[in-house]
Amino acid sequence: MLAQLLASTLRVSTPLIFAALGGMFSERAGVVNIALEGMMLLGAFGAAVGTLVTHSPWLGSACGMGAGILLAALYGLFAIRLRANQIVAGTAINMLALGLTPFLCKILYDVTGSTPPIPIDQRFRTAPLYLSWVLVLVCWVWMKRTPSGLWISFAGEHPEALNAAGIRVNRVRWLAVLISGALAGMGGASLSIFLSSSFSRNMTAGRGFMALAALIFGKWKPVPTAIACLLFGFAEAVQIRLQGVSLLGSKPIPVQFIQILPYLVTILVLAGFVGHSRAPKAAGTPFQRE
Amino acid sequence: MDSSQIVDDTTAAVELRALSKQFGGVRANADVNLRVERGTIHGVIGENGAGKSTAMKILYGIYRPDAGEIFVGGKKCVWASPSDAIAMGIGMVHQHFMLAGPYSALDNILLGAEPVRWGFIERKKARERLESLARQYGLPVEWDRPVEQLPVGIQQRIEILKLLYRHSNILILDEPTSVLTPQETSDLFANLKKLRDEGKTIVIITHKLKEVMSFTDRVTVFRAGKVTGEVETSRTNPQELANLMVGRKVVLSIDVPPARPRPETAIEVQGLSLAGPSGSRHKLSDVSFSVKRGEIVGVAGVEGNGQSELLQALLHPRESRCRTAGPVRYLANDVTVWDAAKIRDLGVAVIPEDRQSEGLLLERPVSENFLLGLQRSDAFSRAGFLRLRNLEKTATLAVEEYDVRPRGLMNTAGQLSGGNQQKLIVAREFQRQPQVLIAAQPTRGVDVGAIEFIHNRIVRARDEGAGVLLVSSELDEILTLADRILVLYEGRVVAEFQRADVSERELGLKMGGG
Ligand SMILES: Nc1ncnc2c1ncn2[C@@H]1O[C@H](COP(=O)(O)OP(=O)(O)O)[C@@H](O)[C@H]1O
Ligand SMILES: [Mg+2]
Repeated sequence: MLAQLLASTLRVSTPLIFAALGGMFSERAGVVNIALEGMMLLGAFGAAVGTLVTHSPWLGSACGMGAGILLAALYGLFAIRLRANQIVAGTAINMLALGLTPFLCKILYDVTGSTPPIPIDQRFRTAPLYLSWVLVLVCWVWMKRTPSGLWISFAGEHPEALNAAGIRVNRVRWLAVLISGALAGMGGASLSIFLSSSFSRNMTAGRGFMALAALIFGKWKPVPTAIACLLFGFAEAVQIRLQGVSLLGSKPIPVQFIQILPYLVTILVLAGFVGHSRAPKAAGTPFQRE
Repeated sequence: MDSSQIVDDTTAAVELRALSKQFGGVRANADVNLRVERGTIHGVIGENGAGKSTAMKILYGIYRPDAGEIFVGGKKCVWASPSDAIAMGIGMVHQHFMLAGPYSALDNILLGAEPVRWGFIERKKARERLESLARQYGLPVEWDRPVEQLPVGIQQRIEILKLLYRHSNILILDEPTSVLTPQETSDLFANLKKLRDEGKTIVIITHKLKEVMSFTDRVTVFRAGKVTGEVETSRTNPQELANLMVGRKVVLSIDVPPARPRPETAIEVQGLSLAGPSGSRHKLSDVSFSVKRGEIVGVAGVEGNGQSELLQALLHPRESRCRTAGPVRYLANDVTVWDAAKIRDLGVAVIPEDRQSEGLLLERPVSENFLLGLQRSDAFSRAGFLRLRNLEKTATLAVEEYDVRPRGLMNTAGQLSGGNQQKLIVAREFQRQPQVLIAAQPTRGVDVGAIEFIHNRIVRARDEGAGVLLVSSELDEILTLADRILVLYEGRVVAEFQRADVSERELGLKMGGG
């Protein structure tokens, strides 16, 4: 049973890891990204539609990533180019994704609730799971060992220093935000074509925010962030496992209470750790050359 | 060798022609012309806000000029970004260092000039080159330490190594000495001379006339966004430069009449000790002194010998962590367990050491900053509401009297230059009509004209009966103002002098622990 629980933990952590790594790029570069939720949602939708059309989960997830990038580009336009308040712009993006997905669903499939189911042989079995952990290592090496990793770090910590060193800050930020859209899109794809069999309305259900919490808990570093995702994934796996289980031989625990669990863990972790974690100094501050 | 490579020696290393730059309504630079000869140390001086940094940031490609031209080595240049200027051999050490605190010294230096192989940064190769540069110029640095853990003197080294690492030929240093001890300052200038003798061109911004006189070859003077003069250092004198800077005759050192101390004690400290981190020496050891009303007591010492700790213990006696002993008294009240607000209500005014973090809210308007700490006073509050009209009236008068520029009350404090920020703090603190004044580095980073003004105000406060504790690392300032002088060395008061009885040399010796 424990093995089952752990396997389930790894599976349900996958979308969180993709999204959290995406968030890492953007926030390390100085762009706060609460739009992660929306990018994930549109990514999940894009992946489901893409798979239904192409019958390939790989092409489908490429569509999901593309959808994430598109939304990230819109976010970048507001947050980087127009120097809008990043919380406001991010919230707007989330609402846009929340409204847009059922609308597109209606146009394409004449229902607002969910896309038609994707046949099991066209879905991922395990690939995203492995991919997410490979990606953790890639990101780790990327941030630590490559010039662009260093630039991203400085864009978020001291953009003026990066500018003075001759690197265009906003180009670095654009790169980071687009990467973050791609990864959040992949996170969404692993929800719709890996963990379930279709896209359904608001299927991210706050996972983008959970990924952000993991990012804070993991101090904006790839490996600790992924481990934090596992913690949240574990809470979700327990939640799934507990559904229908009855306590003391009486009636089962109401499912609504059990479903609170992952969110409760998120809140507790944030309340306990957010003070110990230091965000990139320039996160949330637009950069402008005079 | 290709003969076209040989550059005519008569062309200037850098020339700025008719440069103009406006920020909102502020004309930071208006028609600035500046010529820097090759292989010289060129001083740029001017009051705070005169536009020196702006001109240099334009030269380095950080700001785009509204009008005007830049020539480097006789070639006209237009910068799209600093990378273009860097490619032409220009490097700049900024007034506020461009270093990201949590990252290592090495990464801060490499940034933007990383040696790369197979897409990865070759840190080892960079480190080897840096180590040889560090040896050559005597600038050792702990490469792997996060820069926020390194003292400012070392941080500046890192900034200079950045330029050497990039093979810059034209080095711009913006107020490099304002954070250095006298010893570090002379080391810096020794290094700059060495670099000049190797053929590099150095532009150094400063507001210290002494440094300009002893270390530069030529000087350009800025005033209110314009260049008011360019002279050969050997053909000028401090008085002439000061006049060019301020545009009127300035009294370089004010004449301070002797004090008439009153019997009442303003500040009294007995046996104050402050433990350092376990294992290290105490930060303060058995410090005792008193300040009478109507006198100025100066605390001299090289920075880092306990001045900051002493100030913290005086201003936040309750919070000073690891405190081991010693009461603090103001005006015969034992305030050891009081909080800062209660202490301030006694009539204690403070010009803090770090004006940006302790003295101002940089993002808030001037008017609110003027109100800081006075918000509960009857003059500005009634029944829990602010009396905004009163505030505006008083602040307008104060900004006028203390010559805070620009005058607008709605500008944020962060938009003011350092000198004007300091004037704003001084205006606010004197608004209290202090009985006790604690002034820490009151004229740091402040221009000559404003120094004179602030000094006069301090003396006037003394003559109106305030007890003044002046903490300063500028010997000249202590010798001009203080009636009595304490020397702080390694957390102890190692000497006490009457001003009349001590020479600069003697003080300097004591400050070095002699
Ligand atoms: N980025 C900026 N935005 C707005 N105003 C600025 C900016 N930089 C400088 N200024 C203003 O331009 C004037 C010149 O500033 P600066 O060049 O920093 O003077 P200095 O270096 O001689 O002290 C000042 O009034 C300052 O407030
Ligand atoms: Mg300046």
